[in-house]
Amino acid sequence: MAKELWKGNEAVAEAAIRAGCRYFFGYPITPQNEIPEYFSRHMPEHGGVFLQAESEVAAINMTYGAAGSGARVMTSSSSPGISLKQEGISYIAGAELPVVIVNMMRGGPGLGSIAPGQADYFQATRGGGNGDYRTVTLAPATIQEMTDLTQEAFDIADLYRIPVLILADGMIGQMMEAVEWKKPRARKLPAKDWATDGTKGKREHNIVNSLFIDPKDCSAHNIRLQQKHDKITQNEIRYEEYLTDDAEVLFVAYGTTARICQSAALKLREAGVKAGVFRPISLWPYPEKELYACANRGSVKTVVCAEMSMGQMIDDVKIALNGTKPIRFFGTGGGTFPTPAELMNVARAALEEV
Amino acid sequence: MAIVYQRSKGLTEIEQHFCPGCTHGVIHKLVAEVLEELDIIGSTVGVASVGCSAFAYNYFSCDMQQAAHGRAPAVATGIKRVHPDLAVFTYQGDGDLAAIGTAEIVHAAMRGEKITAIFVNNAIYGMTGGQMAPTTLLGQKATTAPQGRNKEQHGSPIRMAEMLATLDGCAYSERVMVTDPASIARAKRAIKKAFTLQLAGAGFTMVELLSTCPTNWGLSPIEAVGWLKENLVPYYPLGVYADRSEQKEEATR
Repeated sequence: MAKELWKGNEAVAEAAIRAGCRYFFGYPITPQNEIPEYFSRHMPEHGGVFLQAESEVAAINMTYGAAGSGARVMTSSSSPGISLKQEGISYIAGAELPVVIVNMMRGGPGLGSIAPGQADYFQATRGGGNGDYRTVTLAPATIQEMTDLTQEAFDIADLYRIPVLILADGMIGQMMEAVEWKKPRARKLPAKDWATDGTKGKREHNIVNSLFIDPKDCSAHNIRLQQKHDKITQNEIRYEEYLTDDAEVLFVAYGTTARICQSAALKLREAGVKAGVFRPISLWPYPEKELYACANRGSVKTVVCAEMSMGQMIDDVKIALNGTKPIRFFGTGGGTFPTPAELMNVARAALEEV
Repeated sequence: MAIVYQRSKGLTEIEQHFCPGCTHGVIHKLVAEVLEELDIIGSTVGVASVGCSAFAYNYFSCDMQQAAHGRAPAVATGIKRVHPDLAVFTYQGDGDLAAIGTAEIVHAAMRGEKITAIFVNNAIYGMTGGQMAPTTLLGQKATTAPQGRNKEQHGSPIRMAEMLATLDGCAYSERVMVTDPASIARAKRAIKKAFTLQLAGAGFTMVELLSTCPTNWGLSPIEAVGWLKENLVPYYPLGVYADRSEQKEEATR
């Protein structure tokens, strides 16, 4: 199929429609406004519903209700708005509802800036709401990858009955790139026989709920959720290695930062420095064993973790490498980017130290 | 022998947790009977909220969702937009609907969301143990207003039935009480009208029910009924505040 030029925010919305999503509830916030705008134009063509809610809080709870009734449903926002959705995400995780959430991250904390950021890593991977829960977190680095991952996000959500977060940033949302619409691989998905779509007098009532007032019941619920999380960790790890075979310095970065690291690695190689990039795509579950294997294959002498934050994913890099390699961090904050030149300097300095 | 009265099919067999003399049980019964009489138990989804109403999902025999505190109207919106053919109702207390959930209820009414809100106003937080509600009367004591609600500090109590009635999307708003057979029959008619208008597509509908909380009011069940009539009714007058039954026809014009 021919490639088309798409803006990231519009592409993720179109990808959702192509994945069968027919319900979207959202609230305006920069830099993701083209997502609700696209849905408002195109959902009616597909017999779907776009609704602008009174707040992010209402939007995520509308999403809860729709998912609980058996729909494929999406909501989107950017950092401060995603904070407002955290209560709802915790309830969605507790009630085990399939929901896809897009976060086009911007600078923080608070209102921060409207420029691209990666400072919501902790919130995304550790759970910003209360309780023991996980959100599957997929971090695309290109618009093509974001469209491919959108179908996967809906399928993963349906398969495991879990909220899935597409964690991109204002750069991916705002820029335009070539997209080829691929036919997604079909997964076998379970029937939604738990949904509240009316008993029609033919079955016991279904209850969508996260309340287990007896601690024994709540404990059993948590153990079951953990078993589900273990299964997802077994099956849904995603990552990409770039020029890692003989790399002596290994960048670890995700999303937009990973692309800049790839540019830096290429330029370093032109200058005779063997550099490579390990790019986690699933941030939860994190490719812990895969990163360990990559870094300990033989050639890697040192690791550079780069993020558009003051250091969040580095915790997972440290857990994965478990002291086996020196790790240097380079971060930018509040909506600014690392440049390839800066990353090259950090890589050189890291190599000199070993 | 002919059966003249039995448990509504709209209720499950599960024993309810309400305190003696609390009128939540009566209100549950009325909603269940309306669902049964309209023959919509199998085509209704209810939304339980947070507070004494939290376990409503166990008590109604229709499909149920449990919502976060105050968010029931948003959850109900999601359900209704996916299944416009189903009846959808929320069951919320005064803390849930008139404090933490004011944005959600106001905007559901503004949109004319075709749902029915069953609003139980007992002027106190029941489940958490008697804290001040937005509907607590001036001078009424609560665990967080030990000297009684004070206008200077807390403002005057909020009248939701009147407030929501100002919105065009609100097709029906009525305040009733459930203290004696006559008022209970009146309350049931209001609930039935609200569901009927919802099914006709008229818009948002709400029934506010003045309810007793003997436990947290520190009164016996009989005293509580008297206190409700003497104190709540004068501040929260009973009656119909919005009836836009004709709204459906207007919308299609």
